Amino acid sequence: MIVTTTKGDMDESLLEKREGVVNNENEYTTWVEYWLEGELVHRSAHVALKKMPPIVAEAASLT
Amino acid sequence: MANTQAMCTSFLGEVLTATHNFGVAPIRAATTADTFKAALYLASATINASTTVYSATGEVSGTGYSAGGVTVTNATAPASTNTSTTAGTAYWTPSASITYTTVTLTTAFDTVFIYNSTQSNKAVSVHTFGSQTITAGTFTLTMPANTTAAALLRIATT
Repeated sequence: MIVTTTKGDMDESLLEKREGVVNNENEYTTWVEYWLEGELVHRSAHVALKKMPPIVAEAASLT
Repeated sequence: MANTQAMCTSFLGEVLTATHNFGVAPIRAATTADTFKAALYLASATINASTTVYSATGEVSGTGYSAGGVTVTNATAPASTNTSTTAGTAYWTPSASITYTTVTLTTAFDTVFIYNSTQSNKAVSVHTFGSQTITAGTFTLTMPANTTAAALLRIATT
């Protein structure tokens, strides 16, 4: 697989790949990094937003 | 039969489509949906409920990122659903993920700000997430399900 990096497009096999996941009540995030000789040359992230609290509307009582 | 005090759920949905005007509203040039945009903000910025309009202050900058962010895909109109005689929810979610392709954003960011670029860049909502940086890569925000329980924007009576 070809990876876009700060050094130009490179084959994945030439790079060190690191991945991670964050999962909490607000988001589910995955990220991937590619390193070349100790230098970060690519990092992408994918954040899936979870629901927000709704805005609450109310009709006032007249009594 | 009996009457029940309630905010009408249809009204909640119509708030999202600017059907009602209790004050002075902008004159619309068209009846089509407005254009909404999504801008990213640094973790050090101050974007919150008091934000009224888009500003470049505190916005991310870097290769491949244009100030103001990207246009939000809006192919699905707002909807509203009654859950009882007293409660209902109006809701809307962008119809596609928000994607910043091949960008380099080296300063940590943690916020996406949705605003209405048709109506003078007026604020809509602020969504935060864990701090990120991007290096020659893609940042994608996947939207929640467009339902009464999970939609990105929900106005609800309980």
